[in-house]
Amino acid sequence: MNLRIDAEKKQGSFLLQVKVDVSGERIGIFGQSGSGKSTLVHLISGLLQPDRGEIYLNDECLFSTAKGVNLSPERRRIAIVFQQAMLFPHLSVKANLLYGYRRCHTENRRIKPETLIAILKLQPLLQRGVHNLSGGEKQRVALGRAVLANPRLLLMDEPLSALDDTLRFQIIPYLKSVSEEFGIPYLFISHSILEMQLMVDRILVIKNGRMAETTTPDQLARNSMAQSQKGYLNLLHLADPVQNNGLYAYPWGCNTLLISDGEPTRQSLFELSSREIILFKKHPEAISARNLLDCTVTEIFESDGRIGIVLSANGEQLIAEIVRSAAEELNITIHSTLFAAIKASSFRRLA
Amino acid sequence: MKLTPEDAVAIWLSLKVALTATALALPFGFALAWLIVFKKFRGKVVLEVLVNLPLTLPPVVIGFFLLLLLGKNGWIGKVLDASGIPIIFTWKAAVIASATVGFPLLVRSIRLGMESIDQQLIEASRSLGAAWYDTLATIILPLSLRGIMAGSSLMFARSLGEFGATIIVAGNIPGITQTIPLAIYDYASSPSSVTMALSLCLVSVIISVVVLIVHELLGKKLDRRSAL
Repeated sequence: MNLRIDAEKKQGSFLLQVKVDVSGERIGIFGQSGSGKSTLVHLISGLLQPDRGEIYLNDECLFSTAKGVNLSPERRRIAIVFQQAMLFPHLSVKANLLYGYRRCHTENRRIKPETLIAILKLQPLLQRGVHNLSGGEKQRVALGRAVLANPRLLLMDEPLSALDDTLRFQIIPYLKSVSEEFGIPYLFISHSILEMQLMVDRILVIKNGRMAETTTPDQLARNSMAQSQKGYLNLLHLADPVQNNGLYAYPWGCNTLLISDGEPTRQSLFELSSREIILFKKHPEAISARNLLDCTVTEIFESDGRIGIVLSANGEQLIAEIVRSAAEELNITIHSTLFAAIKASSFRRLA
Repeated sequence: MKLTPEDAVAIWLSLKVALTATALALPFGFALAWLIVFKKFRGKVVLEVLVNLPLTLPPVVIGFFLLLLLGKNGWIGKVLDASGIPIIFTWKAAVIASATVGFPLLVRSIRLGMESIDQQLIEASRSLGAAWYDTLATIILPLSLRGIMAGSSLMFARSLGEFGATIIVAGNIPGITQTIPLAIYDYASSPSSVTMALSLCLVSVIISVVVLIVHELLGKKLDRRSAL
Protein backbone atom coordinates (compact mmCIF):
# COMPACT_ATOMS: atom_id res chain seq x y z
CA MET A 1 0.00 0.00 0.00
CA ASN A 2 1.24 3.41 -0.87
CA LEU A 3 -0.25 6.53 0.63
CA ARG A 4 0.70 9.95 -0.62
CA ILE A 5 -0.68 13.00 1.12
CA ASP A 6 0.10 16.65 0.64
CA ALA A 7 -2.77 18.48 2.23
CA GLU A 8 -3.79 21.34 4.44
CA LYS A 9 -6.80 21.76 6.66
CA LYS A 10 -7.63 24.63 8.97
CA GLN A 11 -10.05 24.04 11.83
CA GLY A 12 -10.54 27.08 13.99
CA SER A 13 -7.07 28.07 15.11
CA PHE A 14 -5.64 24.62 14.42
CA LEU A 15 -3.79 24.07 11.17
CA LEU A 16 -3.03 20.57 9.92
CA GLN A 17 -0.30 20.56 7.29
CA VAL A 18 0.72 17.12 6.15
CA LYS A 19 3.17 16.08 3.49
CA VAL A 20 3.99 12.40 3.46
CA ASP A 21 4.69 9.55 1.08
CA VAL A 22 4.67 6.19 2.81
CA SER A 23 4.54 2.56 1.73
CA GLY A 24 3.94 -0.54 3.79
CA GLU A 25 1.24 -2.82 5.09
CA ARG A 26 1.33 -1.92 8.78
CA ILE A 27 1.82 1.79 9.27
CA GLY A 28 1.37 3.70 12.49
CA ILE A 29 0.43 7.31 13.07
CA PHE A 30 1.71 8.39 16.43
CA GLY A 31 0.94 11.62 18.22
CA GLN A 32 -0.37 13.06 21.45
CA SER A 33 -4.03 14.03 21.65
CA GLY A 34 -4.68 17.28 19.84
CA SER A 35 -1.79 16.67 17.44
CA GLY A 36 -4.14 16.26 14.47
CA LYS A 37 -4.35 12.47 14.18
CA SER A 38 -8.12 12.40 14.06
CA THR A 39 -8.31 15.18 11.50
CA LEU A 40 -5.88 13.22 9.35
CA VAL A 41 -8.09 10.12 9.60
CA HIS A 42 -11.05 12.19 8.49
CA LEU A 43 -9.16 13.61 5.52
CA ILE A 44 -7.99 10.18 4.34
CA SER A 45 -11.42 8.60 4.69
CA GLY A 46 -13.13 11.51 2.95
CA LEU A 47 -15.30 12.46 5.92
CA LEU A 48 -13.58 15.83 5.91
CA GLN A 49 -12.33 17.75 2.93
CA PRO A 50 -8.87 19.36 2.89
CA ASP A 51 -8.69 23.08 2.14
CA ARG A 52 -6.13 22.34 -0.53
CA GLY A 53 -3.80 19.60 -1.63
CA GLU A 54 -4.02 16.02 -2.80
CA ILE A 55 -4.39 12.50 -1.42
CA TYR A 56 -3.41 9.39 -3.36
CA LEU A 57 -3.92 5.77 -2.36
CA ASN A 58 -1.99 3.28 -4.52
CA ASP A 59 -1.76 5.90 -7.29
CA GLU A 60 -5.52 6.41 -7.30
CA CYS A 61 -6.48 9.99 -6.69
CA LEU A 62 -8.87 10.30 -3.75
CA PHE A 63 -8.69 14.04 -3.51
CA SER A 64 -7.06 16.81 -5.48
CA THR A 65 -7.84 20.48 -5.59
CA ALA A 66 -5.78 20.86 -8.78
CA LYS A 67 -7.75 18.13 -10.60
CA GLY A 68 -11.05 18.93 -8.90
CA VAL A 69 -11.36 15.38 -7.56
CA ASN A 70 -13.08 14.57 -4.28
CA LEU A 71 -14.12 10.94 -4.00
CA SER A 72 -17.02 10.53 -1.57
CA PRO A 73 -16.32 8.37 1.52
CA GLU A 74 -18.42 5.44 0.29
CA ARG A 75 -16.39 5.24 -2.91
CA ARG A 76 -12.97 5.30 -1.26
CA ARG A 77 -13.30 1.83 0.23
CA ILE A 78 -11.47 2.82 3.38
CA ALA A 79 -13.10 1.32 6.48
CA ILE A 80 -12.64 2.76 9.94
CA VAL A 81 -12.43 1.05 13.31
CA PHE A 82 -13.22 3.72 15.89
CA GLN A 83 -12.16 4.09 19.50
CA GLN A 84 -15.69 3.24 20.60
CA ALA A 85 -17.07 0.32 18.61
CA MET A 86 -19.84 2.49 17.12
CA LEU A 87 -22.09 -0.44 16.32
CA PHE A 88 -25.48 0.51 14.89
CA PRO A 89 -27.74 0.24 17.94
CA HIS A 90 -30.90 -0.62 16.00
CA LEU A 91 -29.35 -3.57 14.19
CA SER A 92 -28.40 -7.07 15.33
CA VAL A 93 -24.78 -8.21 15.43
CA LYS A 94 -25.30 -10.01 12.13
CA ALA A 95 -26.86 -6.99 10.42
CA ASN A 96 -24.01 -4.84 11.72
CA LEU A 97 -21.45 -7.26 10.34
CA LEU A 98 -23.09 -7.38 6.93
CA TYR A 99 -23.76 -3.62 6.65
CA GLY A 100 -20.64 -2.94 4.61
CA TYR A 101 -20.60 -6.33 2.88
CA ARG A 102 -24.05 -5.76 1.38
CA ARG A 103 -22.91 -2.43 0.00
CA CYS A 104 -19.71 -3.80 -1.48
CA HIS A 105 -19.65 -4.50 -5.24
CA THR A 106 -19.84 -8.22 -5.98
CA GLU A 107 -16.48 -8.21 -7.77
CA ASN A 108 -14.80 -6.71 -4.70
CA ARG A 109 -16.20 -9.27 -2.26
CA ARG A 110 -13.02 -11.20 -1.56
CA ILE A 111 -13.70 -11.89 2.10
CA LYS A 112 -16.63 -14.13 2.87
CA PRO A 113 -18.68 -13.57 6.02
CA GLU A 114 -18.42 -17.22 7.14
CA THR A 115 -14.61 -17.18 7.06
CA LEU A 116 -14.36 -13.95 9.01
CA ILE A 117 -16.99 -14.94 11.55
CA ALA A 118 -14.97 -18.07 12.24
CA ILE A 119 -11.68 -16.19 12.65
CA LEU A 120 -13.17 -13.59 14.99
CA LYS A 121 -15.18 -16.26 16.84
CA LEU A 122 -18.41 -14.33 16.36
CA GLN A 123 -20.76 -17.23 15.69
CA PRO A 124 -22.36 -17.27 19.18
CA LEU A 125 -23.06 -13.52 19.02
CA LEU A 126 -24.71 -13.33 15.61
CA GLN A 127 -28.37 -13.24 16.57
CA ARG A 128 -27.87 -10.94 19.54
CA GLY A 129 -28.54 -7.23 19.72
CA VAL A 130 -25.51 -5.07 20.24
CA HIS A 131 -26.47 -3.70 23.65
CA ASN A 132 -25.45 -6.54 25.88
CA LEU A 133 -22.09 -7.31 24.34
CA SER A 134 -18.96 -6.77 26.42
CA GLY A 135 -16.44 -4.11 25.39
CA GLY A 136 -14.15 -6.65 23.77
CA GLU A 137 -16.99 -8.36 21.91
CA LYS A 138 -18.21 -5.01 20.60
CA GLN A 139 -14.78 -4.14 19.29
CA ARG A 140 -14.49 -7.55 17.61
CA VAL A 141 -17.82 -7.01 15.87
CA ALA A 142 -16.72 -3.51 14.82
CA LEU A 143 -13.51 -4.96 13.39
CA GLY A 144 -15.47 -7.67 11.57
CA ARG A 145 -17.88 -5.12 10.15
CA ALA A 146 -15.01 -3.01 8.82
CA VAL A 147 -13.18 -5.99 7.30
CA LEU A 148 -16.33 -7.39 5.65
CA ALA A 149 -16.75 -4.14 3.75
CA ASN A 150 -13.72 -5.50 1.85
CA PRO A 151 -11.81 -2.25 2.14
CA ARG A 152 -8.54 -1.39 0.42
CA LEU A 153 -7.31 0.12 3.65
CA LEU A 154 -8.31 -0.18 7.29
CA LEU A 155 -8.06 2.94 9.39
CA MET A 156 -7.76 1.99 13.05
CA ASP A 157 -8.40 5.17 14.99
CA GLU A 158 -7.21 4.36 18.51
CA PRO A 159 -9.25 1.13 18.53
CA LEU A 160 -7.76 0.00 21.85
CA SER A 161 -7.90 3.21 23.87
CA ALA A 162 -11.34 2.52 25.31
CA LEU A 163 -10.44 -1.00 26.44
CA ASP A 164 -8.77 -2.02 29.67
CA ASP A 165 -5.34 -3.68 29.56
CA THR A 166 -6.55 -7.27 29.62
CA LEU A 167 -8.97 -6.72 26.76
CA ARG A 168 -6.48 -4.66 24.82
CA PHE A 169 -4.05 -7.53 24.56
CA GLN A 170 -6.85 -9.93 23.72
CA ILE A 171 -7.91 -7.76 20.78
CA ILE A 172 -4.43 -7.08 19.35
CA PRO A 173 -3.98 -10.61 17.94
CA TYR A 174 -7.36 -10.29 16.19
CA LEU A 175 -6.45 -6.94 14.67
CA LYS A 176 -3.18 -8.32 13.36
CA SER A 177 -4.39 -11.70 12.20
CA VAL A 178 -7.39 -10.36 10.31
CA SER A 179 -5.29 -7.92 8.36
CA GLU A 180 -2.60 -10.55 7.65
CA GLU A 181 -5.08 -13.29 6.76
CA PHE A 182 -6.94 -11.17 4.24
CA GLY A 183 -4.07 -8.97 3.11
CA ILE A 184 -5.65 -5.68 4.13
CA PRO A 185 -3.09 -2.99 4.89
CA TYR A 186 -3.83 -0.79 7.86
CA LEU A 187 -3.07 2.59 9.32
CA PHE A 188 -2.96 2.29 13.08
CA ILE A 189 -3.49 5.54 14.97
CA SER A 190 -2.49 5.69 18.61
CA HIS A 191 -0.66 7.63 21.29
CA SER A 192 0.63 4.46 22.95
CA ILE A 193 4.21 3.44 22.19
CA LEU A 194 3.52 -0.08 23.40
CA GLU A 195 0.65 -0.49 20.94
CA MET A 196 2.90 0.85 18.20
CA GLN A 197 5.58 -1.72 19.11
CA LEU A 198 3.01 -4.50 18.87
CA MET A 199 1.06 -3.38 15.81
CA VAL A 200 3.19 -1.63 13.20
CA ASP A 201 6.43 -1.66 11.20
CA ARG A 202 6.73 2.00 10.37
CA ILE A 203 5.52 5.10 12.17
CA LEU A 204 4.65 8.59 11.09
CA VAL A 205 5.01 10.92 14.04
CA ILE A 206 2.65 13.86 14.00
CA LYS A 207 3.21 16.90 16.21
CA ASN A 208 1.12 20.09 16.34
CA GLY A 209 -0.51 19.35 13.01
CA ARG A 210 2.71 18.56 11.17
CA MET A 211 4.58 15.41 10.25
CA ALA A 212 7.56 15.46 12.58
CA GLU A 213 9.37 12.33 11.39
CA THR A 214 9.10 8.83 9.96
CA THR A 215 10.53 6.22 12.24
CA THR A 216 10.32 2.62 13.45
CA PRO A 217 8.54 1.47 16.63
CA ASP A 218 11.85 0.51 18.21
CA GLN A 219 13.42 3.88 17.44
CA LEU A 220 10.33 5.66 18.78
CA ALA A 221 10.48 3.65 22.00
CA ARG A 222 14.18 4.44 22.37
CA ASN A 223 13.66 8.16 21.75
CA SER A 224 10.91 8.37 24.34
CA MET A 225 12.75 6.25 26.90
CA ALA A 226 13.59 9.15 29.21
CA GLN A 227 10.14 10.81 29.24
CA SER A 228 8.09 7.66 29.28
CA GLN A 229 6.91 6.54 32.71
CA LYS A 230 8.22 3.01 32.34
CA GLY A 231 11.25 3.79 30.22
CA TYR A 232 11.85 1.56 27.23
CA LEU A 233 9.64 -1.51 27.23
CA ASN A 234 11.34 -4.75 26.30
CA LEU A 235 8.69 -7.07 24.86
CA LEU A 236 9.26 -10.80 25.23
CA HIS A 237 7.17 -13.50 23.61
CA LEU A 238 7.79 -16.52 25.80
CA ALA A 239 6.28 -19.98 25.77
CA ASP A 240 6.18 -23.39 27.43
CA PRO A 241 7.29 -22.61 30.99
CA VAL A 242 8.33 -25.16 33.56
CA GLN A 243 7.09 -24.56 37.09
CA ASN A 244 9.95 -24.28 39.51
CA ASN A 245 9.64 -23.46 43.24
CA GLY A 246 6.60 -21.23 42.68
CA LEU A 247 8.24 -19.47 39.73
CA TYR A 248 7.92 -20.13 36.02
CA ALA A 249 11.07 -20.95 34.11
CA TYR A 250 10.72 -19.81 30.50
CA PRO A 251 13.22 -20.69 27.80
CA TRP A 252 14.43 -17.49 26.09
CA GLY A 253 16.77 -18.35 23.26
CA CYS A 254 19.56 -20.25 25.00
CA ASN A 255 18.76 -18.52 28.31
CA THR A 256 16.22 -19.30 30.97
CA LEU A 257 14.15 -16.59 32.61
CA LEU A 258 12.51 -17.03 35.99
CA ILE A 259 9.24 -15.13 36.15
CA SER A 260 6.71 -14.90 39.01
CA ASP A 261 3.71 -13.81 36.96
CA GLY A 262 3.81 -16.73 34.54
CA GLU A 263 0.99 -18.81 33.16
CA PRO A 264 1.12 -22.49 32.31
CA THR A 265 -0.42 -21.91 28.87
CA ARG A 266 1.59 -22.11 25.73
CA GLN A 267 2.43 -18.51 24.86
CA SER A 268 2.57 -15.29 26.84
CA LEU A 269 3.75 -11.79 26.17
CA PHE A 270 5.76 -10.01 28.85
CA GLU A 271 6.95 -6.46 29.18
CA LEU A 272 10.12 -5.58 31.04
CA SER A 273 10.93 -1.97 31.73
CA SER A 274 14.46 -0.85 30.88
CA ARG A 275 14.62 0.60 34.38
CA GLU A 276 14.12 -2.76 36.05
CA ILE A 277 17.45 -4.10 34.81
CA ILE A 278 20.43 -3.64 37.13
CA LEU A 279 23.89 -3.87 35.56
CA PHE A 280 27.01 -5.25 37.24
CA LYS A 281 30.55 -4.98 35.97
CA LYS A 282 31.59 -8.20 37.78
CA HIS A 283 29.64 -11.26 38.75
CA PRO A 284 27.83 -10.52 42.03
CA GLU A 285 28.24 -13.65 44.06
CA ALA A 286 24.89 -13.71 45.76
CA ILE A 287 21.89 -11.58 44.89
CA SER A 288 18.18 -11.77 45.55
CA ALA A 289 17.18 -11.13 41.92
CA ARG A 290 16.38 -14.48 40.34
CA ASN A 291 17.74 -13.71 36.90
CA LEU A 292 21.38 -12.97 36.22
CA LEU A 293 22.31 -12.81 32.56
CA ASP A 294 25.78 -12.72 31.10
CA CYS A 295 25.56 -10.02 28.42
CA THR A 296 27.61 -8.20 25.82
CA VAL A 297 26.99 -4.54 25.00
CA THR A 298 26.14 -4.22 21.32
CA GLU A 299 25.05 -0.60 21.19
CA ILE A 300 24.87 2.50 23.36
CA PHE A 301 22.44 5.34 22.71
CA GLU A 302 21.40 8.51 24.42
CA SER A 303 17.87 9.72 25.03
CA ASP A 304 17.38 13.06 26.81
CA GLY A 305 20.28 12.58 29.22
CA ARG A 306 19.58 8.91 29.91
CA ILE A 307 21.81 6.23 28.50
CA GLY A 308 20.33 3.20 26.82
CA ILE A 309 22.44 0.07 26.76
CA VAL A 310 21.57 -2.55 24.18
CA LEU A 311 22.56 -5.92 25.60
CA SER A 312 22.90 -9.25 23.91
CA ALA A 313 22.43 -12.34 26.06
CA ASN A 314 23.28 -15.37 23.95
CA GLY A 315 21.87 -13.58 20.90
CA GLU A 316 18.70 -12.30 22.59
CA GLN A 317 18.35 -8.54 22.90
CA LEU A 318 17.42 -6.42 25.92
CA ILE A 319 17.64 -2.69 26.49
CA ALA A 320 18.67 -1.37 29.90
CA GLU A 321 18.55 2.24 30.97
CA ILE A 322 21.04 3.96 33.27
CA VAL A 323 22.04 7.52 34.12
CA ARG A 324 25.17 9.03 32.64
CA SER A 325 27.24 8.88 35.84
CA ALA A 326 26.54 5.14 36.15
CA ALA A 327 27.64 4.63 32.56
CA GLU A 328 30.90 6.46 33.27
CA GLU A 329 31.54 4.57 36.51
CA LEU A 330 30.98 1.22 34.87
CA ASN A 331 33.08 2.38 31.92
CA ILE A 332 30.68 0.79 29.44
CA THR A 333 31.78 0.59 25.83
CA ILE A 334 30.61 -1.49 22.94
CA HIS A 335 31.65 -5.17 23.33
CA SER A 336 32.16 -4.79 27.07
CA THR A 337 30.63 -7.61 29.08
CA LEU A 338 28.16 -7.01 31.89
CA PHE A 339 25.88 -8.92 34.17
CA ALA A 340 22.23 -7.96 34.06
CA ALA A 341 20.15 -8.71 37.16
CA ILE A 342 16.38 -8.84 36.83
CA LYS A 343 13.92 -9.69 39.57
CA ALA A 344 11.42 -12.44 38.76
CA SER A 345 8.62 -10.01 39.62
CA SER A 346 9.81 -7.34 37.17
CA PHE A 347 8.24 -9.10 34.22
CA ARG A 348 4.66 -7.97 33.66
CA ARG A 349 2.46 -10.37 31.75
CA LEU A 350 0.40 -8.59 29.07
CA ALA A 351 -1.30 -11.49 27.39
CA MET B 1 -73.02 12.43 27.47
CA LYS B 2 -75.00 13.47 24.42
CA LEU B 3 -73.67 13.84 20.90
CA THR B 4 -75.68 15.18 17.95
CA PRO B 5 -74.99 13.94 14.39
CA GLU B 6 -73.19 17.26 13.79
CA ASP B 7 -70.97 16.60 16.77
CA ALA B 8 -70.08 13.20 15.33
CA VAL B 9 -69.12 14.89 12.06
CA ALA B 10 -67.04 17.43 13.98
CA ILE B 11 -65.17 14.64 15.78
CA TRP B 12 -64.57 12.75 12.56
CA LEU B 13 -63.47 15.95 10.81
CA SER B 14 -61.10 16.84 13.66
CA LEU B 15 -59.44 13.44 13.43
CA LYS B 16 -59.28 13.60 9.64
CA VAL B 17 -57.78 17.09 9.64
CA ALA B 18 -55.23 16.30 12.37
CA LEU B 19 -54.18 13.05 10.76
CA THR B 20 -53.87 14.51 7.26
CA ALA B 21 -51.98 17.55 8.53
CA THR B 22 -49.51 15.35 10.45
CA ALA B 23 -49.04 12.92 7.57
CA LEU B 24 -48.51 15.76 5.09
CA ALA B 25 -46.07 17.61 7.30
CA LEU B 26 -44.02 14.55 8.25
CA PRO B 27 -41.81 14.22 5.15
CA PHE B 28 -41.18 17.97 5.04
CA GLY B 29 -40.50 18.09 8.75
CA PHE B 30 -38.02 15.21 8.47
CA ALA B 31 -36.24 16.77 5.50
CA LEU B 32 -36.04 20.16 7.17
CA ALA B 33 -34.78 18.74 10.45
CA TRP B 34 -32.13 16.82 8.52
CA LEU B 35 -31.06 19.99 6.69
CA ILE B 36 -30.80 21.94 9.92
CA VAL B 37 -28.95 19.25 11.87
CA PHE B 38 -26.57 17.82 9.30
CA LYS B 39 -26.00 20.41 6.60
CA LYS B 40 -24.01 23.59 6.62
CA PHE B 41 -25.36 26.32 4.41
CA ARG B 42 -25.85 30.03 4.23
CA GLY B 43 -29.04 31.40 5.68
CA LYS B 44 -29.55 28.50 8.08
CA VAL B 45 -30.48 30.90 10.89
CA VAL B 46 -33.11 32.54 8.69
CA LEU B 47 -34.57 29.13 7.91
CA GLU B 48 -34.65 28.20 11.59
CA VAL B 49 -36.42 31.44 12.48
CA LEU B 50 -38.97 30.93 9.70
CA VAL B 51 -39.66 27.35 10.81
CA ASN B 52 -40.16 28.40 14.41
CA LEU B 53 -42.16 31.54 13.67
CA PRO B 54 -45.60 29.89 13.88
CA LEU B 55 -44.70 28.79 17.41
CA THR B 56 -44.52 32.36 18.64
CA LEU B 57 -47.03 34.09 16.37
CA PRO B 58 -50.68 34.22 17.48
CA PRO B 59 -52.58 31.58 15.44
CA VAL B 60 -54.98 34.27 14.28
CA VAL B 61 -52.08 36.11 12.66
CA ILE B 62 -51.01 32.92 10.91
CA GLY B 63 -54.58 32.38 9.79
CA PHE B 64 -54.69 35.86 8.38
CA PHE B 65 -51.42 35.39 6.46
CA LEU B 66 -52.71 32.09 5.11
CA LEU B 67 -55.92 33.79 4.03
CA LEU B 68 -53.89 36.40 2.12
CA LEU B 69 -51.81 33.66 0.51
CA LEU B 70 -54.61 31.23 -0.30
CA GLY B 71 -57.41 33.69 -0.96
CA LYS B 72 -58.71 34.47 -4.45
CA ASN B 73 -56.06 37.15 -4.97
CA GLY B 74 -53.23 35.44 -3.10
CA TRP B 75 -50.17 33.97 -4.88
CA ILE B 76 -51.17 30.40 -4.30
CA GLY B 77 -54.90 31.06 -4.27
CA LYS B 78 -54.78 32.45 -7.81
CA VAL B 79 -53.08 29.36 -9.20
CA LEU B 80 -55.39 27.00 -7.35
CA ASP B 81 -58.44 28.95 -8.36
CA ALA B 82 -57.41 28.80 -12.01
CA SER B 83 -57.03 25.03 -11.81
CA GLY B 84 -60.42 24.72 -10.14
CA ILE B 85 -59.32 23.66 -6.67
CA PRO B 86 -61.01 25.74 -4.00
CA ILE B 87 -59.18 25.83 -0.70
CA ILE B 88 -60.57 28.58 1.47
CA PHE B 89 -63.51 27.51 3.64
CA THR B 90 -63.01 23.81 2.90
CA TRP B 91 -61.56 21.14 5.19
CA LYS B 92 -58.34 21.37 3.17
CA ALA B 93 -57.85 24.88 4.51
CA ALA B 94 -58.22 23.49 8.02
CA VAL B 95 -55.49 20.95 7.18
CA ILE B 96 -53.16 23.69 5.95
CA ALA B 97 -53.86 25.82 9.04
CA SER B 98 -53.16 22.88 11.38
CA ALA B 99 -50.06 21.86 9.45
CA THR B 100 -48.62 25.37 9.60
CA VAL B 101 -49.26 25.83 13.30
CA GLY B 102 -48.03 22.36 14.31
CA PHE B 103 -45.02 22.22 11.98
CA PRO B 104 -42.47 23.82 14.36
CA LEU B 105 -43.33 21.27 17.06
CA LEU B 106 -42.75 18.43 14.62
CA VAL B 107 -39.43 19.81 13.37
CA ARG B 108 -38.22 20.49 16.91
CA SER B 109 -38.85 16.94 18.08
CA ILE B 110 -37.29 15.33 15.03
CA ARG B 111 -34.31 17.66 15.39
CA LEU B 112 -33.80 16.63 18.99
CA GLY B 113 -33.93 12.99 17.91
CA MET B 114 -31.39 13.57 15.14
CA GLU B 115 -29.07 15.60 17.33
CA SER B 116 -28.79 12.71 19.74
CA ILE B 117 -27.35 10.45 17.03
CA ASP B 118 -23.61 10.00 17.46
CA GLN B 119 -21.84 11.61 14.50
CA GLN B 120 -19.45 8.65 14.35
CA LEU B 121 -22.33 6.26 13.59
CA ILE B 122 -22.97 8.28 10.47
CA GLU B 123 -19.27 8.35 9.67
CA ALA B 124 -19.09 4.58 10.17
CA SER B 125 -21.99 4.08 7.79
CA ARG B 126 -20.45 6.29 5.10
CA SER B 127 -17.04 4.62 5.39
CA LEU B 128 -18.74 1.22 5.07
CA GLY B 129 -19.92 2.16 1.61
CA ALA B 130 -23.29 3.83 2.18
CA ALA B 131 -24.08 6.91 0.09
CA TRP B 132 -25.65 9.86 1.96
CA TYR B 133 -29.23 8.89 1.09
CA ASP B 134 -28.50 5.30 2.12
CA THR B 135 -27.20 6.52 5.50
CA LEU B 136 -30.26 8.74 5.78
CA ALA B 137 -32.62 5.82 5.24
CA THR B 138 -30.78 3.09 7.16
CA ILE B 139 -29.18 4.96 10.07
CA ILE B 140 -30.62 8.45 10.58
CA LEU B 141 -34.27 7.54 9.97
CA PRO B 142 -34.44 4.53 12.31
CA LEU B 143 -32.38 6.25 14.99
CA SER B 144 -34.57 9.35 15.00
CA LEU B 145 -37.77 7.30 15.09
CA ARG B 146 -38.41 8.29 18.69
CA GLY B 147 -38.18 11.97 17.81
CA ILE B 148 -40.39 11.45 14.78
CA MET B 149 -42.99 9.72 16.93
CA ALA B 150 -42.88 12.33 19.64
CA GLY B 151 -43.15 15.08 17.04
CA SER B 152 -46.05 13.39 15.29
CA SER B 153 -48.07 12.93 18.46
CA LEU B 154 -47.36 16.50 19.52
CA MET B 155 -48.40 17.79 16.14
CA PHE B 156 -51.47 15.59 16.02
CA ALA B 157 -52.53 16.84 19.44
CA ARG B 158 -51.82 20.45 18.50
CA SER B 159 -53.90 20.02 15.31
CA LEU B 160 -56.83 18.67 17.30
CA GLY B 161 -56.81 21.85 19.33
CA GLU B 162 -56.25 24.24 16.43
CA PHE B 163 -58.72 27.11 16.56
CA GLY B 164 -57.43 30.57 15.67
CA ALA B 165 -55.94 29.95 12.26
CA THR B 166 -58.64 27.45 11.31
CA ILE B 167 -61.58 29.74 11.98
CA ILE B 168 -60.06 32.38 9.70
CA VAL B 169 -59.16 30.23 6.67
CA ALA B 170 -61.74 27.46 7.00
CA GLY B 171 -64.53 29.24 8.80
CA ASN B 172 -66.91 27.52 11.17
CA ILE B 173 -69.34 25.72 8.87
CA PRO B 174 -71.14 22.85 10.66
CA GLY B 175 -70.68 19.57 8.80
CA ILE B 176 -67.98 20.99 6.51
CA THR B 177 -65.23 22.75 8.44
CA GLN B 178 -66.46 22.68 12.00
CA THR B 179 -63.93 20.75 14.11
CA ILE B 180 -64.29 19.95 17.83
CA PRO B 181 -62.88 23.25 19.17
CA LEU B 182 -65.05 25.27 16.78
CA ALA B 183 -68.15 23.29 17.77
CA ILE B 184 -67.37 23.81 21.46
CA TYR B 185 -66.98 27.52 20.75
CA ASP B 186 -70.47 27.56 19.19
CA TYR B 187 -71.99 25.69 22.12
CA ALA B 188 -70.22 27.80 24.67
CA SER B 189 -71.70 30.99 23.28
CA SER B 190 -75.25 29.86 24.06
CA PRO B 191 -76.04 29.22 27.77
CA SER B 192 -78.45 26.36 26.97
CA SER B 193 -75.81 24.12 25.45
CA VAL B 194 -73.43 23.66 28.36
CA THR B 195 -73.95 19.88 28.45
CA MET B 196 -73.33 19.62 24.72
CA ALA B 197 -70.10 21.56 25.13
CA LEU B 198 -69.10 19.34 28.04
CA SER B 199 -69.72 16.18 25.99
CA LEU B 200 -67.39 17.40 23.27
CA CYS B 201 -64.83 18.42 25.88
CA LEU B 202 -64.96 14.88 27.24
CA VAL B 203 -64.37 13.48 23.74
CA SER B 204 -61.35 15.79 23.46
CA VAL B 205 -59.96 14.48 26.71
CA ILE B 206 -60.49 10.87 25.60
CA ILE B 207 -58.74 11.43 22.26
CA SER B 208 -55.82 13.16 23.98
CA VAL B 209 -55.45 10.35 26.48
CA VAL B 210 -55.52 7.76 23.68
CA VAL B 211 -52.84 9.70 21.76
CA LEU B 212 -50.63 9.82 24.83
CA ILE B 213 -51.10 6.12 25.58
CA VAL B 214 -50.33 5.11 21.99
CA HIS B 215 -47.25 7.33 22.11
CA GLU B 216 -46.03 5.72 25.32
CA LEU B 217 -46.70 2.18 24.09
CA LEU B 218 -44.87 2.77 20.82
CA GLY B 219 -41.99 4.31 22.76
CA LYS B 220 -41.78 1.25 25.00
CA LYS B 221 -41.82 -1.03 21.99
CA LEU B 222 -38.96 0.93 20.41
CA ASP B 223 -36.98 0.74 23.65
CA ARG B 224 -37.50 -3.00 23.84
CA ARG B 225 -36.36 -3.44 20.28
CA SER B 226 -33.20 -1.42 20.80
CA ALA B 227 -32.43 -3.27 24.04
CA LEU B 228 -32.35 -6.66 22.31
